[in-house]
Amino acid sequence: MTMLPPENSGKKLGLVIDLDTCVGCHACAVNCKEWNTGGHSAPLPDDNPFGADASGVWFNRVHSYECGDGPTGRTVNFPRSCLHCENAACVEVCPTGASYKRAEDGIVLVNEDICIGCKLCSWACPYGAREYDHDAGVMKKCTLCIDRIYNENLDEEDRVPACVSTCPANARHYGDLGDPNSDVSRLVAERGGVSLMEELGYQPVNQYLPPRPRRAGDGDGPKALPPSRPPSPLPMGDQAPAGGAAGDGLFRWIDRILSR
Amino acid sequence: MHPAYSVIIFTTFSGAGYGLLFSMALFGMTGGVPPDRWLGVSGFVLALGMVTGGLLSSTFHLGHPERAWRALSQWRSSWLSREGVLAIVTYLPALLLAFWWVVLESLDGAANLFAMMTIVLSVMTVFSTAMIYASLRTIRAWFNPHTVRVYLSFALWTGALWFNLITHLFGVHTPWIGVFLVTTGVLALFFKRKYWIFIDTHPTWVPPESALGLKDVGTVRSLDAPNTQENYIQQEMGFQVARRHALSLRRAAFFGYFLIPWLAALLTVESEPWLRYSGAVAAVAIGMAGTMVERWLFFAEAKHTVNLYYGAETS
Repeated sequence: MTMLPPENSGKKLGLVIDLDTCVGCHACAVNCKEWNTGGHSAPLPDDNPFGADASGVWFNRVHSYECGDGPTGRTVNFPRSCLHCENAACVEVCPTGASYKRAEDGIVLVNEDICIGCKLCSWACPYGAREYDHDAGVMKKCTLCIDRIYNENLDEEDRVPACVSTCPANARHYGDLGDPNSDVSRLVAERGGVSLMEELGYQPVNQYLPPRPRRAGDGDGPKALPPSRPPSPLPMGDQAPAGGAAGDGLFRWIDRILSR
Repeated sequence: MHPAYSVIIFTTFSGAGYGLLFSMALFGMTGGVPPDRWLGVSGFVLALGMVTGGLLSSTFHLGHPERAWRALSQWRSSWLSREGVLAIVTYLPALLLAFWWVVLESLDGAANLFAMMTIVLSVMTVFSTAMIYASLRTIRAWFNPHTVRVYLSFALWTGALWFNLITHLFGVHTPWIGVFLVTTGVLALFFKRKYWIFIDTHPTWVPPESALGLKDVGTVRSLDAPNTQENYIQQEMGFQVARRHALSLRRAAFFGYFLIPWLAALLTVESEPWLRYSGAVAAVAIGMAGTMVERWLFFAEAKHTVNLYYGAETS
């Protein structure tokens, strides 16, 4: 099981994520958590959920980045989840066979009944797609919602991963990336979809559509606003009063002592 | 990477154990030491004790230690699995060699075959341990040929330190053992220097733009992380050690595991007994402590590609 399937159906189910339209609302992450905490890998535990130091298992996490400077600068929201790699390192490093890739559709899953919780798969994943469940002592990860996409109790149009069904900006697309004529494959070809960290050679199935270039006429960008009031000098840094400088010096001295 | 103590203890002690098995088999086979019963008992109990203790320690960080046996099944693809299988297979020739040495007090005939197998399997086991790390492309500081050389030379060197101690205790130390100790120490020093030079000159493996698939949008800066508190990924993969602290630890490790143990290697059977015993004991203690510092740094200095998503500029 731990070997990648020598022969597969050619089917590569996965996601295409549009970085141009993603608005960074985290709805995909929340609906993923909601579905999966009752799904195939249930539960997705939370540690200290209402305390100051909350943490927990999430299969989908949304980052936000600033790209470029000045008028051409922009914000890019970036949802991150399992990419269901064709050449999945997380599967090959698994010593027990708990981590496996399905021959029939390419989905990477964890068999929680035989996982020993060594965490090596999470070290092998470049994308941080696997999160450890401290309560159950096993590794958990995105299942591409196998309990939705094949679920005959759901209406046909609902048989898509939870993150896709909930996205209000239509930035997430689900389909067979092994079929060059599928909607997702055409979208990737049209928009110049990219594989993340291609140089590592893991051949991720999920593809990301880069932000579209700015249209002509947008080039001016937002005009710089006139300052509403003159910046007030704050008693910080170089302008610190004498008392602050002495305190600062003390901390620098302690830092020096501790660093010896 | 987060330095887990169970893994540091595992790699240090099992490495020293296989190194000591290597020394026992090599010197026993070539007549470098006599097949003395109590020398054999001490050597094999120590070596197999360190190997077994190390292996048990490595199961402490598992979520399900009771399922550890399952880790032996995937040797066709997983270095962790291969390491487990080889570790168990090595017990066979090592125990047979110990039987000939301790019970029969003879190393003729078949014992030579067991000694040879012990040497080969010890090297293969340590090689597999190193490959668990060296096969991870996500970590530039591990995915390079230096990692295996460092693990192998450190196992030989720490094993030689223990061998040096027990041969002094039984009065069968020879200048050849001193030569072996200094040679393996030079190898460990050389490969670790090369390793540190490599990781200092190859900090970048994957650029942030490639991690994000954003190639023509200018420089990328992290604006908001997905989570306000550290998650599993950041705790496990995001460990960082300040560069200046890493440098002072490297220096401490250097004095620990090379300089002082080497001085001890100059002691011979003709030295005063108190000097010879305390020197050899100090060499083992300081050499093992220094190796644990080196192992701690091996994890603490290693950067994982996933940190690129959390604002790191290099991986």
